[in-house]
Amino acid sequence: MIRVPPSLQRIVITGVGLTSPNGNNLATYREALLSGTSGVDRYHIRYVGDTLAGECNFDELKYQRRRELRRGTRAGSVGIYSAREAVADAGIDWDVIDRSRVGVYVGVTEHGNVETENEIYEIKGFDYDTSVWSHHHNPRTVANNPAGEITLNMGITGPHYTLGAACAAGNAGIIQGAQMLQLGECDQALAGGVSESIRTFGIFAGFASQGALAAHQDPAAASRPFDQDRSGIVVAEGGCLFVLERYADAAARGARIYGELAGYAMNSDASDFVLPNPDEQARCMRMALDRAGLGADQIDLVSTHATATPSGDVQECAALRSVFFNPSGPAGGGSANPEMLINNTKSFIGHAMGAAGALELAGNLPSFDDGVCHPTINVDRLDPQCDLPGLVLNEPREVKSVRTILNNSFGMLGINSVVIIKKV
Amino acid sequence: MTSAEIKKEILDILEAIAPDENLTDLKDEVNFRDQIELDSMDFLDIVMELRKRHRIQIPEEDYEQLASMKSTVIYLEPMMKDVVA
Repeated sequence: MIRVPPSLQRIVITGVGLTSPNGNNLATYREALLSGTSGVDRYHIRYVGDTLAGECNFDELKYQRRRELRRGTRAGSVGIYSAREAVADAGIDWDVIDRSRVGVYVGVTEHGNVETENEIYEIKGFDYDTSVWSHHHNPRTVANNPAGEITLNMGITGPHYTLGAACAAGNAGIIQGAQMLQLGECDQALAGGVSESIRTFGIFAGFASQGALAAHQDPAAASRPFDQDRSGIVVAEGGCLFVLERYADAAARGARIYGELAGYAMNSDASDFVLPNPDEQARCMRMALDRAGLGADQIDLVSTHATATPSGDVQECAALRSVFFNPSGPAGGGSANPEMLINNTKSFIGHAMGAAGALELAGNLPSFDDGVCHPTINVDRLDPQCDLPGLVLNEPREVKSVRTILNNSFGMLGINSVVIIKKV
Repeated sequence: MTSAEIKKEILDILEAIAPDENLTDLKDEVNFRDQIELDSMDFLDIVMELRKRHRIQIPEEDYEQLASMKSTVIYLEPMMKDVVA
């Protein structure tokens, strides 16, 4: 193992590549978030029928041939697009760098459901004759597929794998990438998350059966975190991968630095398959703050996970209250900086599942430079239980100065992740 | 199917399997792999498509018969003579 001295442990973001239902690069995505542009639209999927979703419309042929598209998966394509865009954005000379020193760490909520559903649908037409089951099924459904397709497309011979972390996966990918840089396992990490989940009817049917699938006459108004008239989750696809580097390497090459990973944490609720646990969410935030060496009063912007389910929104708000608005709470309690703002990105794009954490962080990074906090849209009647100080509703708000962003991402089976990024 | 119809069917399958390739100049006598980018998984796709479209089962030991257009058509003719184009 290559030993990395403590002076090289600082990890920074030097590139952002993404596809979101409302933008295929950071600039257009940010513009959509500031202008209140939703990416949610009407969507049809077999068996479930007409529903709503956030669908991406990036140019698949920008980085892949049709042959690769035919053989691979949508998650692979989302990953390839995001990774290539991130590397280009980072200004890395791809023909010169040692690609054996690049690591690929891709968070996924799930993988393989889309491909398995497709094959079952296909063999149904042959009276379930398994001899027409595709030989592509296994390479498409192995859990490392989205990360592996990136390495095939980009000629990366460093490590690659996915991190199955439900809807905390985007943050989990970032955390893993940072840790591998700190261990010296790679020199550049392509890290974040992807999702192809809108291609599986099962996720829509599952949320519907759970009573947690959003429905609304106006697609753009369907995703309504913190609003009393919310009706559930809008499923979205998307991808967001960051180029992470050690600060010393980035500085040496004169890279533009979006921000530094100040702290992070992951933990588990150990309490329920689907219901969140605000005590553990709060503990996760406190751990991340401790590791960042920051007090609750030093966070300027909180990017919430809230998905527009009543229990999820309210529980996260309870956790936030405990960390930021609770002077007599545990570990000395927490009192937010009075200027601290809170927003939510799912209100624009729906829930991008494995990509959510990374996309939601990315959309907020420009606030370090432009001093604006994008809002949570679709809040017409704020749920009193979600009425937190600093919630930015419906219109963007200028901020005196954004120096730190705390990004929450939580998932089923009680998986919690928090990433804190600070301005460099 | 006549041999010409079988050839047309194979070309149709190849268009789907190798969508980036220009198949207009494909030479019947030359191995597919020497003319276009095809790997073992692609060859399995040819086998799979024939199975799906015409219920033709090609045993593994006969896969080498699918090397070129000419050998493929010769191999498939007796199996597909009763298939209606």
